Amino acid sequence: MEYQAKELFAKHGVATTLGKVVTTADEAKAAAEEIGGVTVIKAQVKAGGRGKAGGVKIAKTADEAFEHASNILGMEIKGLTVNRVLVTPATPPVEEYYFSFLLDRSNRSYLCIASVEGGVEIEEVAKTNPEAVRQIPIDAGTGVDEAKARAIVEEAKFPAELADQAVAMVQALWKTFVEEDATLVEVNPLARLEGDKLEALDGKVSLDDNASEFRHPDHEDFVIHEEADPLEAKAKAKGLNYVKLDGEVGIIGNGAGLVMSTLDVVAYAGEKHGGVKPANFLDIGGGASAEVMANGLDVILGDPQVKSVFVNVFGGITSCDAVANGIKGALELLGDEAKKPLVVRLDGNNVDEGRAILDELNHPLVTQVDTMDGAADKAAELANG
Amino acid sequence: MSIYLTKDSKVIVQGITGGEGSKHTARMLAAGTQVVGGVNARKAGTTVTHTDASGAEVELPVFGSVSEAIEKTGADVSVAFVPPAFTQDAVVEAIDAEIPLLVIITEGVPVQDSAEFWAYAQGKKTRIIGPNCPGIITPGEALAGITPANIAGKGPVGLVSKSGTLTYQMMFELRDFGFSTAIGIGGDPIIGTTHIDALEAFEADPETKAIVMIGEIGGDAEEKAAAYIKEHVTKPVVGYVAGFTAPEGKTMGHAGAIVSDGAGTAQGKKEALEAAGVKVGKTPSETAALMREILQSL
Repeated sequence: MEYQAKELFAKHGVATTLGKVVTTADEAKAAAEEIGGVTVIKAQVKAGGRGKAGGVKIAKTADEAFEHASNILGMEIKGLTVNRVLVTPATPPVEEYYFSFLLDRSNRSYLCIASVEGGVEIEEVAKTNPEAVRQIPIDAGTGVDEAKARAIVEEAKFPAELADQAVAMVQALWKTFVEEDATLVEVNPLARLEGDKLEALDGKVSLDDNASEFRHPDHEDFVIHEEADPLEAKAKAKGLNYVKLDGEVGIIGNGAGLVMSTLDVVAYAGEKHGGVKPANFLDIGGGASAEVMANGLDVILGDPQVKSVFVNVFGGITSCDAVANGIKGALELLGDEAKKPLVVRLDGNNVDEGRAILDELNHPLVTQVDTMDGAADKAAELANG
Repeated sequence: MSIYLTKDSKVIVQGITGGEGSKHTARMLAAGTQVVGGVNARKAGTTVTHTDASGAEVELPVFGSVSEAIEKTGADVSVAFVPPAFTQDAVVEAIDAEIPLLVIITEGVPVQDSAEFWAYAQGKKTRIIGPNCPGIITPGEALAGITPANIAGKGPVGLVSKSGTLTYQMMFELRDFGFSTAIGIGGDPIIGTTHIDALEAFEADPETKAIVMIGEIGGDAEEKAAAYIKEHVTKPVVGYVAGFTAPEGKTMGHAGAIVSDGAGTAQGKKEALEAAGVKVGKTPSETAALMREILQSL
């Protein structure tokens, strides 16, 4: 969110105004009084287009700040409820620029994008006048030193009288990008204020979870738990890699690629069965123990939208008998909680032993199908029943 | 023949004494791979004991560095099972030692670390596969990675895939034909060996008669591969792309929208491949069936 991005900017010396983050209209009023003068009340959600949605308002007085905050708090922007607003001094920009550093996957390096024709319409500018939006490759080995920062500022054609400020800001943003292990650091608008002062008026930072894991334990503070779907929160607490989707067929599989493929195959099969769709993404990884399987089934069966469950496992390193025992153990653990039909497809390592375990179990809810396509079809059929 | 890895490859394991390193050293040996030693600076001078494919016990030396391991054993492949926090150092060490092939299995490597070691590898002598990949297998000859060695045997199909489990699934589907080499290049945003590298190698490999290419949503590797196939690949290629219904990942803000320019969706990748004359299956089984038709007509 904006206020979090600004906190990171400030930490690394990027010129910005933090303002105050509040959760009630009373607090917004108090913040506006403290800041004094004209303020801006800005909805804090992880979505673009907040201004167009009515989530950004100017307040001339503290009472107006109260009024705007009351209206903005609780409103929905792109499906997200606004629980916080940022109160900042109103600093109308004289000019708006755009600046970002990001991961350049295609060239296996980094990229800087800069434009002196910035602001909210930057994507439009990129389409209609691509020359005005400079894309400057950054060597991941050498990074951005002062000379490179100056070259960027010149190429982007920042006004000469702002060049020194811009060079300092580019270096501070690079520091933010590298030291926080970001995949994106974006300032939009990068504003030229009265008195030729450059400031990051709004921004976005995307952090690399892999790096946060062991290099930045403080990044955990940026996670906003209340926005997560309750099933996703439950899955996360159990250490499961789960994403809730809008559909009827619960999915459990091993390996991200195979699970993604399973979603596709189910959606494809669903076309013949009333348009049923996959209800979730759940990758239980290589070792499918009874406990992991039980946790996974527990989350999926707790989804009221789910009508059937498709367990799709290819025994690579994990053997299918271990997976079958996992399913058996999970059904025992869940007992009467388990009420929805399970279609199981096992293949690969020790498949005969795995299938034999489920045959022997002879559980009324479990149907075994030998092929992935066939099992997807069966699961879709059951979900449409 | 095969690509990158043969029965003559001499393999060392970086992180041979760790849990994963130890488990998979045993599996690689059982698959017939010539594993000749390992590296762990803190345990240099010790040995580890495993069983090879013939059931004989082998004692493998643990070296203090990759360069020492190469000097003493003539190793030309390293497989890295080191934790994410130490992966970049391990990779730089292997590059400095000029190991010809480095397979990085480790999952969870920070992407800026990968960007840095990739920049470092430019102009050097090491081919990198991974990170976050199952590695490479030339069935019946050698395995450098974690792919189960018993899924399929030797044959005419070359396989390159971003995903580990889809590699296994496809090997299983076409196990009656077999594979020259199957390579899992990994799904991280920044990886060493790409689809294009593998396609080029399969095209040049006389034993490979046809190629299966598996992609996933994200990035533009499949689109680039499609353009490469059109220009340079004469062997039949069949494709599969996962992720048509996958939830939209983290967006990259305005910057991402500007850069990606429509690339990255499963549909876009499928269309790019089809435009290059590649038959694309809707499911892994359908993809295998397309390959089956081609192999039967060869």
